[in-house]
Amino acid sequence: MQPDEIMSDPAKELRARDLSRELRCMVCQNQSIDDSEAPLARDLRILVRERIAAGDSDAQVIDFLVARYGEFVLLKPRLNSHTWLLWLLPPLALAGGGFALWTHNRRRAKAGTQDDASPVKLTADEEARLERLIAAEPAPDKPV
Amino acid sequence: MIAEAGHYALVLALGLALIQSTVPPLGARWRDAALMNVARSTAIAQLIFVAASFAALVTLHVTSDFSVVNVFENSHSMKPLIYKITGVWGNHEGSMLLWVSILALFGGLVAIFGNNLPLSLRAHVLAVQAWVASAFYLFILITSNPFLRIANPPIEGRDLNPVLQDIGLAVHPPMLYLGYVGFSISFSFAIAALIEGRIDAAWARWVRPWTLMAWIFLTLGIAMGSYWAYYELGWGGWWFWDPVENASLMPWLAGTALLHSLVVMEKRNALKVWTILLSILAFSLSLLGTFLVRSGVLTSVHAFATDPTRGVFILLILCIFIGGGLSLYAWRASALKQGGLFAPISREGALVLNNLFLTTACATVFVGTLYPLALEVITGDKISVGAPFFNLTFGPLFLPLMIAVPFGPLLAWKRGDLLGAAQRLIGAGVAALIVVAVVWAWTLGGSTFAPLAIGLAVFVIAGALSDLVERIGLFRVALGTAVQRARGLPRSSWGTIFAHAGVGVALIGIVCETTWNSEYIGSMKTGDVARIAGYELKLDGVSQRQGPNYREMVAQFSASLDDRLLDTMTPSKRAFTTRGSTTTEAALLTRGASQLYISLGDTAGDGAIAVRIYHKPLVLLIWFGPVLMAFGGMLSLSDRRLRVGAPKPARSLRGLQAAE
Repeated sequence: MQPDEIMSDPAKELRARDLSRELRCMVCQNQSIDDSEAPLARDLRILVRERIAAGDSDAQVIDFLVARYGEFVLLKPRLNSHTWLLWLLPPLALAGGGFALWTHNRRRAKAGTQDDASPVKLTADEEARLERLIAAEPAPDKPV
Repeated sequence: MIAEAGHYALVLALGLALIQSTVPPLGARWRDAALMNVARSTAIAQLIFVAASFAALVTLHVTSDFSVVNVFENSHSMKPLIYKITGVWGNHEGSMLLWVSILALFGGLVAIFGNNLPLSLRAHVLAVQAWVASAFYLFILITSNPFLRIANPPIEGRDLNPVLQDIGLAVHPPMLYLGYVGFSISFSFAIAALIEGRIDAAWARWVRPWTLMAWIFLTLGIAMGSYWAYYELGWGGWWFWDPVENASLMPWLAGTALLHSLVVMEKRNALKVWTILLSILAFSLSLLGTFLVRSGVLTSVHAFATDPTRGVFILLILCIFIGGGLSLYAWRASALKQGGLFAPISREGALVLNNLFLTTACATVFVGTLYPLALEVITGDKISVGAPFFNLTFGPLFLPLMIAVPFGPLLAWKRGDLLGAAQRLIGAGVAALIVVAVVWAWTLGGSTFAPLAIGLAVFVIAGALSDLVERIGLFRVALGTAVQRARGLPRSSWGTIFAHAGVGVALIGIVCETTWNSEYIGSMKTGDVARIAGYELKLDGVSQRQGPNYREMVAQFSASLDDRLLDTMTPSKRAFTTRGSTTTEAALLTRGASQLYISLGDTAGDGAIAVRIYHKPLVLLIWFGPVLMAFGGMLSLSDRRLRVGAPKPARSLRGLQAAE
């Protein structure tokens, strides 16, 4: 972002900055046009300001840019048939996870406490080793 | 000669890894202790050979042997020594060698300190480590050999990417890899448990220190990388939701969830199946991260590797280990017995909630990172998923989690008392409300979200302190007794307190920086003054300077507050002749936890220089928080109970141990 791009009207400049943060610099790697120093990003920033100066609303500016450069220019994809999964997955994952936990909990509560009472069994080897260790243990009252 | 020796050492390491992959599991099958013990020797020998190979590459870089392609492409004889060393992993081949070196290091550590592990478990764990290691040795030897020679050696090298010529490269990748690769241990333990069909609380106790160690390094590595990006890239951002950053955040989220579920498993013998799954996922996400970064499949600021054959090879490794791990899980997990029951409102319940939110957050990052790739492959449509998407989806997931954080440690195991916990958090709640009111009044008419978020952060910090107060009985018993109790408090409890407080501290930094960041963008000539957030910055002059392998334009600013000179700041722009590229070196002035930040732009024809100045209030807390978290992790790690290779408990402690 360079000093000569700044608009004289602070309110419009603020709108331009907010819009710039949501637009991708298409020759850069994951940078918004607000962050990028690439010449193309500068052209886009100036274009955004021209549209705002011409009286476009934010939505109109975005529509204009999408018509020109495609959905790729938006860092926050719009909800449509291609992106609904992207947007819905986080809440669905949370709800699904919560639901799975709830049913799991209910099932286990119904199953009762029987498996709580049966801790992990030792293997035959370990049983034998335990026997040996206990046998080797001096009686607790004797001094070591 | 050195290059060939390094190459050969790597081939030998592959041979050892293949032996380690096959012999110990057979030994476990035939119950042959000698065969199982092979794993220990091969793991240590592997470490020695990989270390030799790595040392060879370092030597080649330090001595600027341009007859080796890797050195020629990434080094320069005039480069300062420190960057000659760090340049070893500032490129694809070298960083893969670092990756396997760390993998061998962890394998060696398990071999050396794993004496208290059951023999067959250790044999299986080390065998799984060797499977991973073999795959990556093959990858390096076949597609990314750092020891290849050039027929006609050039006199001078092409130099390292200037952005990477920074102390950050010395710390960030090794830390990150220690974290990434450290999760291979929990993965190996999980696979070993599935193979043996046996898992219990002791298993969790063995895995936890390794997971904790990996997590500490990953936390510090991510924080360090963020700070590096902040001062190096020159526009003052500290997190970009770049796919490469996401690649390290995903294992961190899964690893954080894993740490918490391991606690439940260790203490209550519950959540076994889930813990195994998380262990597999954490390392799978590390592998995915390696794939995303190393294959060049993403176009991102970090991408410095593009070669499809490598991508396909890593993708194959990825599919084998993730697919194999998950298949084994699907096949064997039902054999693992479910553990103790607990009510939804309990310490276990709180930790499950933590896991639910962390894994959902992880899934969100996963989808956001890979969706554009998948969509492009399937439909050919190109879309971008950037910071605005993640801020909108990730943020709302983290806020409820943070409300729950202070409650967890105050709830009892099995069946907790939510009302009781809430009563004990009244102090923290009141502190949070006061802070909300003060911040809101102070910034009247400003953001309404920021005071609430800061209040939440204060609640988390004060909640962690309430936990401490509760545990040592401060204000209830005599001060001396409380201090005594504080000393006697297990280190892992201190760890929890510090780590949770760190989360709150980081949130304060994030909110303050994003809400009250001020910015000045303008053209300045010598003598001009910029005013920002009460500070005055005068441009005293611009000069040229010659560095070891660059020329730089340095601007000198004097920063003053209320007509009192604070310090001079010297941002610069460096031009690296060999690569013909430039970097901006921002100047930082730290005032408490806040910073002034100056970064230079282009020079206009009339000698005026484009300047960006930021004032970032409390920005340092963003990184101080993770440091606190890592410190908490280290305290936990130093807890006697968890110490790696802890010596046998003293006899007098036996009664106490049994009671646990």
